[in-house]
Amino acid sequence: MPKQTFILNGKTVTVNVRDDVRVLWVLRDILGVTGPKYGCGINVCKACTSHINGKAFNPCSVKVGDLKKKDRITTIEGLDETWPGPGLHPMQQAWIDRDVAQCGYCQPGQIMEAVALVKRVRRQGREIRDSDLDKIRNICRCGTYVRIREAIEQGARKMR
Amino acid sequence: MTTRPSDDLHNHPHDPLDELPEGHDPAAFDADDSIGRLGRRSFVGYVLAGSTLVVAADLSVGRAQRADAAVPSAPQIPELYDLEDLQTDSALPTSALITVTIGKDGRAKFAFPRTEVGQGIITSTTMILAEELDLPIDKIDVTLSKARPELLLNQLTGGSNTTFSTYTPVRVAAAIARQQLLKAAAIQLGTNVDRLFTTGGVVSDGVTNLTYASLAGDAASQVVERVRVQLRPQEKFKVIGRPVSRLDARDAVTGKKKFTTDLKVKGALPTMVCRPPQHQGSPKRLRNRSAILRMPGVTHVVTIPTGIAVRAKTFGQCIDAIRAMKVDWNPGTVDNQSDATVLAKLRKQELPMVVPKDLPALAQTVETNFAFAFRSSAALETYAAIADVRSDRAEIWAGLKVPILAQQNIAAVTGLPQDRVKVNVITGGGSFGHKLFGDHAIEAARISKAMKVPVKLMWHRADEPRQGRLHPMATSRCRATIVAGQVVSFEQRHTSVTTDFSHGLGEMLTSLADELDPIGLGGLGFAESIFSLTQELPYNFGALTQLLNEPLEFEDKFSTGSMRNIYSPDTCVAAELTIDQVAKKLGKDPFKFRMEMLKNDRVKAALQKVADEGRWGRKMAPGTAQGIAIHKEYKGCTAVLVEIDCRPRTVNRNLGKETVTGPRVTKAVIAVDTGLVINPRGLEAQMQGGLMDGIALTLTSSNHLQDGKFLEASWDNYFYTRQWNVPKDVEVHIIKSKSQTPGGAGEAAVGSSAAAVACAYARATKKVPQYFPINHAEISFKPKSFVPPVPASPTNGLKFTR
Repeated sequence: MPKQTFILNGKTVTVNVRDDVRVLWVLRDILGVTGPKYGCGINVCKACTSHINGKAFNPCSVKVGDLKKKDRITTIEGLDETWPGPGLHPMQQAWIDRDVAQCGYCQPGQIMEAVALVKRVRRQGREIRDSDLDKIRNICRCGTYVRIREAIEQGARKMR
Repeated sequence: MTTRPSDDLHNHPHDPLDELPEGHDPAAFDADDSIGRLGRRSFVGYVLAGSTLVVAADLSVGRAQRADAAVPSAPQIPELYDLEDLQTDSALPTSALITVTIGKDGRAKFAFPRTEVGQGIITSTTMILAEELDLPIDKIDVTLSKARPELLLNQLTGGSNTTFSTYTPVRVAAAIARQQLLKAAAIQLGTNVDRLFTTGGVVSDGVTNLTYASLAGDAASQVVERVRVQLRPQEKFKVIGRPVSRLDARDAVTGKKKFTTDLKVKGALPTMVCRPPQHQGSPKRLRNRSAILRMPGVTHVVTIPTGIAVRAKTFGQCIDAIRAMKVDWNPGTVDNQSDATVLAKLRKQELPMVVPKDLPALAQTVETNFAFAFRSSAALETYAAIADVRSDRAEIWAGLKVPILAQQNIAAVTGLPQDRVKVNVITGGGSFGHKLFGDHAIEAARISKAMKVPVKLMWHRADEPRQGRLHPMATSRCRATIVAGQVVSFEQRHTSVTTDFSHGLGEMLTSLADELDPIGLGGLGFAESIFSLTQELPYNFGALTQLLNEPLEFEDKFSTGSMRNIYSPDTCVAAELTIDQVAKKLGKDPFKFRMEMLKNDRVKAALQKVADEGRWGRKMAPGTAQGIAIHKEYKGCTAVLVEIDCRPRTVNRNLGKETVTGPRVTKAVIAVDTGLVINPRGLEAQMQGGLMDGIALTLTSSNHLQDGKFLEASWDNYFYTRQWNVPKDVEVHIIKSKSQTPGGAGEAAVGSSAAAVACAYARATKKVPQYFPINHAEISFKPKSFVPPVPASPTNGLKFTR
């Protein structure tokens, strides 16, 4: 069985698993990191959204064999560590302040998407617009979308 | 919080405990306020024997008093007795079996026999306990109770009924606990209870403070003791009615919140099922079993009635195995049926109207007939359950809204006695009706029994719309008769594919059959009874009838259930669209016409509120319009005003492949009167969520039946509301209610939102839609394969990093 090595939430991990197993199952079923959720398995619902080298990606659609040793995977469990200040990441705090979560199942993915979105528009030298929020594909079946939009705006203000 | 017992707590040691409750409180809303009227009298309950303080309420005393309810003169049953009452009365006889414990650590513990699926009931119930206990919220542990068969019908979460049915029992138990702590403190301090007060988990006489922790043992009883207690009056509430954030908010945003598939149960490896192409088909045989068993990670393969189950090291390997299976299938239950054939059958079975269409010249008739497609009730968390079935016992972990029924069914399929089946209730990743049934738990138990190992079963997303629970297809036909400018009759005939009520509501009807007889439910079937208990059109429309027919020919043909409501979103859309047509015929404004015709002040106040806040009647550009609608149910009401944009540049927004855009609701204003509000922050969230469901039901989300197969297989086919269709401007206004009882919130905004969107769409396009959702005629995706029944997991994810 091949050895797969990558950096997960700041620590190098090595797992014995076949190349073609998707990263989502390596995280959830083998490493027990359950923040990224299954909602479709085909990169549609975005419930598993996590970060690779600081950008959003969907581990349900990436073979673990395609990860490189130096690839930094961040799940919701490691998000606060990527932020220099103490406590939670400002986007997580915004989610708490706006009381966004209902069932909470999609929210780890929503938060990871939101953080990547803010970083992306900042790389483009601008702030978030309504049209950026409209393009977020993450499904929330409880319908918390209004508060998600409010929280992203709050989180973005604090991410400076 | 500080409260002097002399204000609100009295002991009545000599009162006869069987004293009758006081009569109806005239300040309460409607005649149906059966629990609210108990609010100003004393209640009885028990201090149970134990080493620490354990208390319970006894609401069965109140229940005996309700059989004298008079037959209403009002035309509709829910004005006197509705589904909320049915569920609440079903829960009362066993209320004494629900206990609150004050531990020797000073913490209150309450195992709640309801299920948290996102609606916020753990938070609101903790608030109710905090109020009566005078204990901070962070010292109260509300957990989900495992299945407790002795609770009979008191462990069903549905119908937006949780707070309505548990509000009083929970308060009584908490008040008794506080009373016992005061009594114990009075003995220790050598004083009287009325010289003591409680605050923040401490009993004090102003000099000495005794913590609940130090009193819990002394307050305990050696024997079961029956006591009486009075509840805190509403005007002294300090917790109830204040906005509180969800208690699990931090866990939800850090990934710590555990759902069923996140649990680690020893040996419970990932398990999935290869399902038939046809709806409700079944497996004949697996032709390549040994090849499948040799696949990477696979440990077990068994045949069960619903398909071929496979257990592997990872879910990904289960998916690979399912895709490799060669299975011969038996036919399904609707193999030759499609949307059009089902609809034609429904049309044929529509019950006749009473008022004839061809009336004398002075009368006018407005006639409408709407169709509603199948919809999937699936939550974002697919059906999932962990099962460990041994020869002499079984243990299950799953999100279940009726865990007792699941326990019975699991006992039946495993051949174990019910008391050897332990059912743990896990917080669900949404429900919307999905988890009323124990399909997932029963299936996991079957698989574990057959494989003789623990399993962690998860449905693939594709399984949900194709084999999971659906909201049934229905038609709703209305006829309004107008004579001399007045509506003299309004008839609605709802015809639906059979709704499955085997989850427990049916049982409630049976057990209370004698009491329901006088109000006119005698002889009706389950579905018709539920319909009668939920439908109320609060308008003065003369002879008003709403009837349901669920033709027998559909029984057991489809896997059906509720979906964030039962019938109301469809009936509400049909009725409110018809009312707009009546107003048009009379040359009246839709808002003003409703205000003239509404007979209920609470509904009128809500409607007026949205009209004011939403600036009803403001000038709108061509292709855009406002719509307005109301809904009265769950001991409360909602009114919704929306603005919709149906201009081509909006409808045809291009946001990539398999992205349905269509018209966009640009603004929504919701007013809600749900009676006594426990947590306004949670109520607002439920209104916002209900709006998103209403938008999806009217505009985008449905399932297509084609030759016995449902075409949808994932969220790129099943178009629940997405960010690009969320209104940018959403306002929720909570109306200060005259009612003192808490009503339902989870489903309350769905019907009125769906109807307001439909009315706005009709006004913007000048065409009344006949089929919902409005995009159902167009199949805007390529259906995924049926054999294999699940799509392959993509491998190109790194191309889409962003």
